[in-house]
Amino acid sequence: MSTTETEGRIYDVAGQDWDELVKAVSESSDERLVVNMGPQHPSTHGVLRLVLTLDGETVTEARTVIGYLHTGIEKNMEYRTWTQGVTFVTRMDYLSPIFNETAYCMGVEKLLGITDRIPERAQAIRVMMMELNRISSHLVAIATFGMELGATTPMLFGFREREMVLDLMEYITGLRMNMAYVRPGGVSVDLPAGAVDKIGEFLKIMPGRIKEMRKLLDENPVYTRRTKDVAYLDLTGCMALGVTGPMLRAAGLPWDLRKSQPYCGYETYEFDVPTQNTCDVYGRYLVRMAEMEESLKIIEQALDRLSGPLKGLPVMIEDKKIGWPSQLALGPDGLGNSPDHIAHIMGSSMEALIHHFKLVTEGFRVPAGQAYASVESPRGELGAHVVSDGGTRPYRVHFRDPSFTNLQAVPATCEGGMVADVISAVASIDPVMGGVDR
Amino acid sequence: MTTENLPGLPEEPVVRRGMFGVKDSGDTSGYNRLVVRRPPKLSSSRPYGSYFDEVADALEPAFPDAIERVVVDRGEITFHVRRERLPEVMRHLRDDPALRFELSLGVSGVHYPDETGAELHAVYHLCSITHNRRIRVEVSCPDADPHIPSTVQVYPTHDWHERETYDFFGIIFDGHPALTRIEMPDDWEGHPQRKDYPLGGIPVEYRGAEVPAPDRRRSYS
Repeated sequence: MSTTETEGRIYDVAGQDWDELVKAVSESSDERLVVNMGPQHPSTHGVLRLVLTLDGETVTEARTVIGYLHTGIEKNMEYRTWTQGVTFVTRMDYLSPIFNETAYCMGVEKLLGITDRIPERAQAIRVMMMELNRISSHLVAIATFGMELGATTPMLFGFREREMVLDLMEYITGLRMNMAYVRPGGVSVDLPAGAVDKIGEFLKIMPGRIKEMRKLLDENPVYTRRTKDVAYLDLTGCMALGVTGPMLRAAGLPWDLRKSQPYCGYETYEFDVPTQNTCDVYGRYLVRMAEMEESLKIIEQALDRLSGPLKGLPVMIEDKKIGWPSQLALGPDGLGNSPDHIAHIMGSSMEALIHHFKLVTEGFRVPAGQAYASVESPRGELGAHVVSDGGTRPYRVHFRDPSFTNLQAVPATCEGGMVADVISAVASIDPVMGGVDR
Repeated sequence: MTTENLPGLPEEPVVRRGMFGVKDSGDTSGYNRLVVRRPPKLSSSRPYGSYFDEVADALEPAFPDAIERVVVDRGEITFHVRRERLPEVMRHLRDDPALRFELSLGVSGVHYPDETGAELHAVYHLCSITHNRRIRVEVSCPDADPHIPSTVQVYPTHDWHERETYDFFGIIFDGHPALTRIEMPDDWEGHPQRKDYPLGGIPVEYRGAEVPAPDRRRSYS
């Protein structure tokens, strides 16, 4: 126990006997207590550190410390081709990889000036994958939230349902997470045979499962007491702090980029933007639940198009100077270049081999300039500021990650509340540290 | 290299001559006459099209001397603003009923080491929910005097974004309540996103061959 006399007596917790510490603290007259929550605390969503000043059970000051998961993704991308960048961005916010990829690819496509030439089937697949991803992300948000409040059933429910989505992701892209599926110009590979049926099955099961979760939580007195009127943040606060996503919609503003500034053809889908006006944790939970139901509607519409009018159409831009030269195929050792393509470039066409080599090693050039593309990720507006100097590599890519911005709301939502409510406040922001720190 | 037969082609600035990857030996590739030029600085003139004219009409009369140039590119408008006037311009953008850019999407830094006197750029993306519009505001400062006034007073959300830009680029936002590093450790030296900061990395052996570190690999641009 250290007793440095700088700002009064300081008690350190460093693996000593707790009885001693409790005794010493109880003898002290100073009620102010500074507690470090995290960075390795299970309820801080990864490596978030909160420095809380407590007066009894009340939080008088909450400071957020981030940076523990900074991996230099933005810097790394400057040393890889535009296509390779997808592999990096998918690892930022690891619960919503498809959104990261789509935002980045939309930025690159804007710079290339090919936004209108992306095949319709690719856009429909992107929409479908994004909505599947939104469901899996919201499920984790609700599941971990339940667990952090001490309820294991929502956690088990949430992860069980999320597994169904991840199985679909694996079936379609080859990977459960970090799939690098969306590429500049389209998507990396078309839906495999049987994917439509599998998603159809999922669409049959999922509404019942969401209902089950709602039955468990919506009216649950323990749950509502822990969430209602907790972590209040109204519209003014949201605007000032740049908070977007479910938090903003729980403050009553129906601001959803899918509706207000549609991309990837969202304007052609029918869905509602759920809102609540309670500005609290419970409202954010309800918004997330309702969003999952809306996502199911969108997936159903996208699936109808993919199995109907868009069947058999290309999923990568026709422009040979941009589109990836080979289609992927499933081999005995996993997903790789299709044998037909290998036979073509190795056996029959020298030009095709050169073309493949140039596009894969050197990559395509992107005209100089800057662009900003944004999508509505499960956590809010995810924006990609993409700068090119005319070369084959990004000059600078910056991500406006919603978790990063929304985390700034921690002091506004926690200060003056109970220490136990800090957990639900942070969980309702649903920060993913991979996205915050990048 | 002469450009007599290519009228209208700008002489400078030249980024690179010859083929990629040939720096230390004679170029035998036949591409030694290749010249790669830096793209010219863009500047757009009226009409800007779309809603951009309305935004410019509401902004420019109030600040005739603050806006250096306007660029309309790829369906987006960028106002290059003098750094001294940035807070006023931002406040006007937020509060003027004809503009009402309530939501800021943060600050993004870009380092252009070749732009002498304006090496460091801070880029602000603003969104108006009232009018459903987007604009971009860009400010630059020289490397020798990396100061830009803070806009946290106007958009509190810029708190962390300015700290991030300071951390990665070394732009000092004057008037920021607590400009400290946010992603890198407090005692870190240097600003990693700058172009003169190396990526780092070590060569890796793979099946007998050596794969160089990413920043040592051949660059085609």
